Amino acid sequence: MFALEFPSIDNLVKWPPYFGDGEFYMFNKIGLISVLGVVITFCIFFFSKKELVPAGMQNVSEGIVGFVDNQIIDATMGPTGKKYLPFLLSLFLFIFLGNIFEIIPTFQMPANARIANPLFLALLVWAVYIGVGLKHNGLKYITASLLPSGVPKFMAPLIILIEFISVFILRPFSLTIRLFANMLAGHILLVTFGVLSIALFELFFLAAILPFSTLVLLTGYEAVVSLLQAFIFTLLTAVYIDSSIHIDH
Amino acid sequence: MSNLLEIANQSLLLLQELDATELAKAAQNEAAASGAGMAYALATLGPGIGIGYLVGQSVQAMARQPEAAGKVQTTMFIGMALVEALAIIGFVVFALLKFV
Repeated sequence: MFALEFPSIDNLVKWPPYFGDGEFYMFNKIGLISVLGVVITFCIFFFSKKELVPAGMQNVSEGIVGFVDNQIIDATMGPTGKKYLPFLLSLFLFIFLGNIFEIIPTFQMPANARIANPLFLALLVWAVYIGVGLKHNGLKYITASLLPSGVPKFMAPLIILIEFISVFILRPFSLTIRLFANMLAGHILLVTFGVLSIALFELFFLAAILPFSTLVLLTGYEAVVSLLQAFIFTLLTAVYIDSSIHIDH
Repeated sequence: MSNLLEIANQSLLLLQELDATELAKAAQNEAAASGAGMAYALATLGPGIGIGYLVGQSVQAMARQPEAAGKVQTTMFIGMALVEALAIIGFVVFALLKFV
């Protein structure tokens, strides 16, 4: 009874709708950020010309494509992964735009702090890597991923159980939770320090220096975390697709 | 020590003449809050050591063979994501206990 009574976390993550009333549909800030994610991704590639010497928006698009191509596909998949470049590029840009709106001033809400977007993307990645495995290897994909070669026969049931949980259940779950919880934790931190700065500022205007400087540093840190989480989601997607194609090691 | 605290807490609650449901709710909130803090505190021990060891070994590998630095860095990121996910799941447990 001496503990603090926290206000409900709904104040941080539930947003009022712009139109629609939640009965059949609702369009709130999360929907706006998701739509903007798609629109900005399209605009980056629509407005870049195909000159030999890049200029303007082409710099940006070539930089992003080069980043995904070199750091993600060349590092994990090799030449057989080049045809997954559009999928991984769209995934990276959508997740990055969903994360970076946390520090843009009038939005200040990461769309990935509600579990809907990360859950759907993780289920999509799950369907893609199972589909790619079945398409490339047939039904041998199931037997080779559940029971890798070189396992002694008496350990087979345990290995099959562990591999099934690890490959088919834990991968999408961990992808979802990693992205969602990182963004939610960052959002809670920024809101806490913001409210603390305002409260101390109204008390005595110099008392807000320490929380405010922490808020500035945390905003920079959240920018890095946004980029890193988008990169890690895409990197792990590439690793899972690669392990579905090459099931022999 | 915690026994004394519980006795003091209970007696103060009784003195304020709360009815039974509020008392149960306060006790549950208190238990949830202490459990939540304990859960997250324990969840950061293992991943802290894990990530420290992982990054240290990858720095050593990059120092031994600088031309393999790209591959080592990529593997370090993959390992860091997998280890940090455990600490993040602990944070989700904390949020679920405290706010739901």
